[in-house]
Amino acid sequence: MIVIDKLTKAFGYYPVLRGIDLTVERGQFVGLLGPNGSGKTTLLRILAGLSKPTTGRVTIGGWQVPEEIAAVQRQIGIVSHLPLLYDTLTAEENLLFFARLYNLPTSERADRAHTMLKRVGLEKRSRDLVQTYSRGMQQRLAIARALLHDPAILFVDAPYTGLDQDASALLDELLREVTGITEGARTAIMTTHDLRRAYNLTSHIVILSRGKVGYYDTTATLSVNDLPQIYATTTGAAAA
Amino acid sequence: MNANKNEFRTPYWRVVGTIAWKDLRAEIRGREMVTSMMLFAAISVMIFSFALELDDQAQQETVSGVLWVTIAYAGTLGLGRSLSAEKDKGSLDALLIAPISRSALFYGKMLGNLLFTTAVGILMMALLTILFNINLFLPLLLLVVILGCLGFSATGTLVASMSVYARAREVLLPILLLPIVLPVIISATRSSVAIITELGTEDWLPWIQLLIFIDIGYMALAFFLFDFIVEE
Repeated sequence: MIVIDKLTKAFGYYPVLRGIDLTVERGQFVGLLGPNGSGKTTLLRILAGLSKPTTGRVTIGGWQVPEEIAAVQRQIGIVSHLPLLYDTLTAEENLLFFARLYNLPTSERADRAHTMLKRVGLEKRSRDLVQTYSRGMQQRLAIARALLHDPAILFVDAPYTGLDQDASALLDELLREVTGITEGARTAIMTTHDLRRAYNLTSHIVILSRGKVGYYDTTATLSVNDLPQIYATTTGAAAA
Repeated sequence: MNANKNEFRTPYWRVVGTIAWKDLRAEIRGREMVTSMMLFAAISVMIFSFALELDDQAQQETVSGVLWVTIAYAGTLGLGRSLSAEKDKGSLDALLIAPISRSALFYGKMLGNLLFTTAVGILMMALLTILFNINLFLPLLLLVVILGCLGFSATGTLVASMSVYARAREVLLPILLLPIVLPVIISATRSSVAIITELGTEDWLPWIQLLIFIDIGYMALAFFLFDFIVEE
């Protein structure tokens, strides 16, 4: 469970988050929406321990962020719009490198890497350098990297940036798989500007507006046709 | 919950070794850093060798300056790439979200940079031996090159991690680094001159001791500062 309590973050005198209160239960897949500058990425970076909150309290799985960040980092995986991979290493070498950093047992590293490569459909290209991969393949490998240590929580930050329709559809399928349908309850938060995709993939919608939670509800109680209107009313911006 | 901070972290030296090994492997494949460093260093040494027409004594006194100026500038070129590549591809974030000590990340990167800078230093010793006709492959000089490169890599990795977040980082890195690394370069140059010109122990030992002291100081400083530098 993720509990965010009165979280604020300012860069210098400029406040980005102005008091976020949010609870994400185990197994929920939250679509985090909002215009540019609303604080989506900043919020994810704080949850991942990449940025420190100015005030407020965040706990993930009972551990405090950033005070107990190492315990939190064992439970989280991140997929970003950047693949967070090394171009001059092969897919297999990338995964083995991160397996060592996460201190996976030596006997399990290779098996785990191959299992993940198979799951994202890259087992036949495992010995190829990442620089030879298409953008879509890199994103699939990024998911394999993020799930290598089997985290209970997945943070996904604008993963569709630069992907074509086919690659986006593949990523949709993969995200559905890894966040619940075939693997059981894995908590996830995904930032995106694509309202329809957020509606189709996630269980809950959060709309950030000017650094605050402006809207929160389950997708089950929403209609996909109402979402653009809700987004526009909440943020004062036109929906994507 | 109360957790011992280190209980969940990957063992320190495993992280250092893993990161250095990854950098070495990626560099052997991509040859982005070492190629540019070696090319720059080789051209600089060639220019110096043709520009300076000196007698034997003057050559012996000059060659260490040429060696360290070349290592400093070629090293700066490589250090810029070392962290900016991680930042541009986002892989620095992937390292920072792993359950590892940030100082271990620093020492891993530093170890990789030390290997590349020392490789350039040894190549320069070979080139200078040929072009200046002075045997530079002396065990003591090799020790000074390693110690000098260690101090250079420690300060360089730290400063590169500071400048990597700046917009004009290519300009900022040498401006910040060269004044900070000056004590390392001066100690290394003075001890190298004393060794090459075959002066007595009392002439090179104090400089080597000073170099070791500076190396330890900079590495300790990096241990405490790196966490703050990579923090947003």
